[in-house]
Amino acid sequence: MMKTNIAPVIFRKIQQNVIRERFFAGLNAMLLPIIGILIFIALWAAVAKNIDTSLGEFPGPTQVWEQSFILVNEHKAQQEKAEAFYQRQEKRNAKRVAEDPDYVPTLKIFTGAPTFFDQIWTSLYTVAVGFFVASIIAVPLGILCGLSKGTYAAINPLIQLFKPVSPLAWLPLVTMVVSAVYVSDDPMFSKSFITSAVTVSLCCLWPTLINTAVGVSSIDKDLINVSKVLRLNAFKHVLKIVLPSSIPAIFTGLRLSLGIGWMVLIAAEMLAQNPGLGKFVWDEFQNGSSESLARIMVAVLTIGVIGFILDRLMLSIQRRVSWDKSVSLR
Amino acid sequence: MTKPIQNKTSGLQRHLELSDIGIDFPTAKGPFCALKNLNLKISKGEFISLIGHSGCGKSTVLNIVAGLYQATTGGVILDSAEVNEPGPERAVVFQNHSLLPWLSVYKNVELAVKQTRNGRSRAEMKAWVEHNLDLVHMTHAADKLPSELSGGMKQRVGIARALSMQPKVLLMDEPFGALDALTRAHLQDSVIEIHASLGNTVIMITHDVDEAVLLSDRIVMMTNGPAATIGEILDVDLERPRDRLEMTDNIKYNQYRHAVLTFLYEKQNKIQTVSRVKADIARSKKKSSSAA
Repeated sequence: MMKTNIAPVIFRKIQQNVIRERFFAGLNAMLLPIIGILIFIALWAAVAKNIDTSLGEFPGPTQVWEQSFILVNEHKAQQEKAEAFYQRQEKRNAKRVAEDPDYVPTLKIFTGAPTFFDQIWTSLYTVAVGFFVASIIAVPLGILCGLSKGTYAAINPLIQLFKPVSPLAWLPLVTMVVSAVYVSDDPMFSKSFITSAVTVSLCCLWPTLINTAVGVSSIDKDLINVSKVLRLNAFKHVLKIVLPSSIPAIFTGLRLSLGIGWMVLIAAEMLAQNPGLGKFVWDEFQNGSSESLARIMVAVLTIGVIGFILDRLMLSIQRRVSWDKSVSLR
Repeated sequence: MTKPIQNKTSGLQRHLELSDIGIDFPTAKGPFCALKNLNLKISKGEFISLIGHSGCGKSTVLNIVAGLYQATTGGVILDSAEVNEPGPERAVVFQNHSLLPWLSVYKNVELAVKQTRNGRSRAEMKAWVEHNLDLVHMTHAADKLPSELSGGMKQRVGIARALSMQPKVLLMDEPFGALDALTRAHLQDSVIEIHASLGNTVIMITHDVDEAVLLSDRIVMMTNGPAATIGEILDVDLERPRDRLEMTDNIKYNQYRHAVLTFLYEKQNKIQTVSRVKADIARSKKKSSSAA
């Protein structure tokens, strides 16, 4: 009797163990990051209390938390203001059209100060344009460098020379050039936007360029031989052989570039007083109220979160276009 | 006893000729002469095996015929035109299949078919891709990526891709080297079958003596490098179709086998047995001690 009963007991025991193990594995995956964040917040709170600045105590987690809600509310209030402004304008125009049917109403745009969220949007837009322009230049140029040793030899010194240059060194030059060259009565983009975007582009070029060139030059020799035996022309060679096999390297470059672009943009905006998150930080710093530091801290965390999201976005695109699904991308 | 009729008639036409081929590779210590004075005339439809020890320059010969390398002296003439660049009329089956990993089996073959279109319509191209996959028995895996296939299956697709170009000469660089014995036998049978039905001229590099004797009309045995050249050429006069099992009892088959082995292990010996190495060491020790 004993023997017949023991099997299900053992089975149940194993089942319990498996469930327990899975539970702990899941707990670890969730718990450890949370523990890390909690320790950071605790240290931050403890240290912040002991730092006294001329703008008051360094903001702890609570103040920053409160400020983030205040920023949201400010944004909402501004939006309501804008809405009210447009409603008033519409009413006024309707009235005048009723009085005088020939009157063509002019529409004015609300010119309130940009809120925190407006600045985030400006920054995102600027970095996207700068990164896009840089990628359009860097990927083809990188492919050219990877395919032709001569081109690489010609361009390599320039890459090495300009790669380490800080964006802040470029900024005054870019500003002057943009204001000299970009002259238009009805500008589609503001000058400050162009200046920031160009600065971002100048710093975004290099990682993509270098990684693409390396990726293209390290294509499997046999695949190149296949292309030769098939007599693929240059265009088909690039399209069918070069691009697919260097996609991983190109994306490594693009992700590095986007990360750098985002960092560079904040610095450029701060220095050049271009609209965006950098300007928000600088304005708050100049403002010097007792809440400024907490508001800057909100901006710092936001910059970090957005940088993280941008990288994940690139990663998900890479996953979609990469043919090798077996490689784990991180 | 009887050579294939094809050989006798078209032998006069000089289908493929390797004439006085030599090649030097530049190295830090000056040019390295890999091949020298290599002459070979191949008739249409002939199956040639190149055999020799590792590093003797077999692959170099194949690459020169493919047009991937340029010979320093001499040259290759195919149907009275000199070969000086790679092209689909000399299709290569690479040692490690070299399928494009991002394309499905079908698309890999399709790429070759599109490049060698020969005025086919879209529907005809599709039929031709399918025909070639069928030829190597890979139709069932048409939509799979190469990474989802076994080594033998990848090599089958590699052969299908090469055949789909309708090459005058099929060049195979140790096509079955990386496969296990059973898979290799399967693929050898496939190649025999395809060669019988299409009658392509084939040059195949191999390390495997049985494979060479079973498949070839002639076995070209190469001397060891540097400055390697053809040591001996063995005419394999065995009736086709050849059956793997019957061959094991065939006296002529075993004589051919023996001839190749003799060439490799006696005339061109490169293999150092443990006892010989030990003897060498002992001799050199004796010398040095007596000198002291």
